[in-house]
Amino acid sequence: MFSVRTGLLAALSLALCSALALAEPVKVGFVATLSGPSAPLGVHMRNGFQLAVKELGGQLGGQPTEVIVVDDELKPDVAVSKVKGLLDRDKVDVIAGVVFSNVMMAISKPVFENETVLISGNAGPSPLAGKGCSPYFFAASYQNDQVHEIMGKYAQDQGFKRVVLMTPNYQAGKDAMAGFKRHFKGEVAEEILTPLGQLDFSAEIAKIQAANPDALFTFMPGGMGVNLVKQYAQAGLTTKIPFLSSFTIDETTLPATQEASIGMLSGANWAPNIDTPENKAFVAAFEKEYGIVPSLYAAQGYDAAKMIDGALKATGGKVSDKAAFRKALASAPFKSVRGDFSIGKNGFPLQDFYVVKPVKRADGKYETVTVSKVFDNMTDAYAAECPLK
Amino acid sequence: MSTVLLVSQLLNGLQLGLVLFLVAAGLTLVFGVMDFINLAHGVQYMLGAYLVAMCVGFTGHFGLGLLLGLIGALVLGIVLEWLVFRHLTRRDHLEQVLGTFGVILVVTEGVRMIFGTAPLAMPMPVALSGSVTLFPGLNYPVWRLVIIAVGLAVAGLLWFLVHRTRLGMLVRAGSTHPGIVSALGVNIDRLFLFVFAFGAMLAGLAGAMAGPLVSVEPTMGDNVLIIAFVVVVIGGIGSIKGAFVGALAVGLVDTLGRAFAVDLLRLVMDRSAAATAGPALSSMLIYVLMALVLGLRPSGLFGPKKA
Repeated sequence: MFSVRTGLLAALSLALCSALALAEPVKVGFVATLSGPSAPLGVHMRNGFQLAVKELGGQLGGQPTEVIVVDDELKPDVAVSKVKGLLDRDKVDVIAGVVFSNVMMAISKPVFENETVLISGNAGPSPLAGKGCSPYFFAASYQNDQVHEIMGKYAQDQGFKRVVLMTPNYQAGKDAMAGFKRHFKGEVAEEILTPLGQLDFSAEIAKIQAANPDALFTFMPGGMGVNLVKQYAQAGLTTKIPFLSSFTIDETTLPATQEASIGMLSGANWAPNIDTPENKAFVAAFEKEYGIVPSLYAAQGYDAAKMIDGALKATGGKVSDKAAFRKALASAPFKSVRGDFSIGKNGFPLQDFYVVKPVKRADGKYETVTVSKVFDNMTDAYAAECPLK
Repeated sequence: MSTVLLVSQLLNGLQLGLVLFLVAAGLTLVFGVMDFINLAHGVQYMLGAYLVAMCVGFTGHFGLGLLLGLIGALVLGIVLEWLVFRHLTRRDHLEQVLGTFGVILVVTEGVRMIFGTAPLAMPMPVALSGSVTLFPGLNYPVWRLVIIAVGLAVAGLLWFLVHRTRLGMLVRAGSTHPGIVSALGVNIDRLFLFVFAFGAMLAGLAGAMAGPLVSVEPTMGDNVLIIAFVVVVIGGIGSIKGAFVGALAVGLVDTLGRAFAVDLLRLVMDRSAAATAGPALSSMLIYVLMALVLGLRPSGLFGPKKA
């Protein structure tokens, strides 16, 4: 009796094993910030990715797909240990996601050393775009500087002569100022650096009011941006000193700022109103599935999944042939919700960038709409330094 | 530096100080009267903001929503006292810290599960959402003036309660001589419950007042809690007057530091060095203030002189 049962079990497990081996399922390790004040960004990006996988019938490239989602907690050390687990224990074929650049920098080394493909759903730090570019890195998003450059170019085109810059006091904040100044040739009246996580901007707003510039440029991600937008509007400055921003006004913060954000501007590579059939279908499906308006993070997550899907279709569903998989990814074999989209030699996309503004829709929800296109099919500033062919 | 800028920064400092006072008043009472370290006080601030935002959303009326939200904050304070804090008051400080830290984790995660991680919108009356011209050249947001008015009113009310009523007398006595108060036949548990629930409601009020200015999200109480502890330590543990003076001092020092540190440093160093050193200096000013006060008066400005 005992031996019969053991034999059955053994046969069953053998059959299971071989069935799994035949199907060659695709395993994607998805890294996102899902806890803490910045969690909405990670939630949007993950939802976008999972929506695409769901629409493709739980498959990428025609292969059954398992997506293992991990929370990086916005801590580089936590991210590294979880990513090592994904690589060593789960043996994932692709790592995707990542909202923040410091997390991306921390995990890039172990992922590249493991010769695994890394697809960014948001973070685009400059070291990975220039000299430190890698054949294993692809971005479905943008290079960080580009979004700040949009606003610098816009300010220059509008003929603004004097601006005040305000960002949090950390590396990304200083990068934002540098990105803005790349295309803005006027005078920077003041550069204000605020502590990370600042709640009350009254002192800074009074300073801006006193400096009376032609415009304000700010980069205040997450909750800080919500605080600033509300307080700037309450001070009645929106109509007096144009509010130009990056990563401050999008569909992750609009539910909180609502009316206060009207009249302010932001830079983006995507907005819900971009007129492609893919985008219309994506926005409708996302709202139906999650009940919220998608943000650019959601769109990028969605595109990241479609990018993997397209590349796997090109290689006949095989994930084991990494060279062919990388070559396929580099050709960006999918239709982006953003329309024009190709991959440059450093793995970063060439795409269009827009100035966007928030509007209230007929159903009472808020979303961004494009105001004007600032850059057409733009390459990032670091691509030339990348030694890859 | 113009007079207009100085006046507007002083108002900003006053307003920040009064929000801090609302948080710190409850904290200092609980800390002083019950010798109880309540790390979960920041959570009550957050709950106040959520409750009021929710009630205003439901009722569509700001005043009514505020009232309902504050009653909700009071009830939640009583529930928390009954469920958790009552069992910790006679334990040592380490256990209180652990227990109340647990409350932070549970409540924060609970709020996240119910409302999601995305920040919530706080509806406010249109009449209070703009700015007014105080005098030529100075536009000031109406809501910040409302906060100043409410903060001063609560301070006056607290002064009256603590110094002119029998209950206040017991609270004052309890903060310095809890054993004697208990021996004289006062139900110290009921006193604790009252003080605790009242403190929770004040924290909720602070959250509701701050809601239209800041992002209403699950972790909004964490930063405020740290600054509120600084206020309590500067003012002296258990002293409402100390909390008031300490809160205004912290609010003004922080605001004026952020406003003028860079400009002042430019007088003695070059522009780029000042731009780097200014923000660093201004963000530690309140801790420098705390260190100075503790150096001169180890029990805070108005703290009890412990023998």
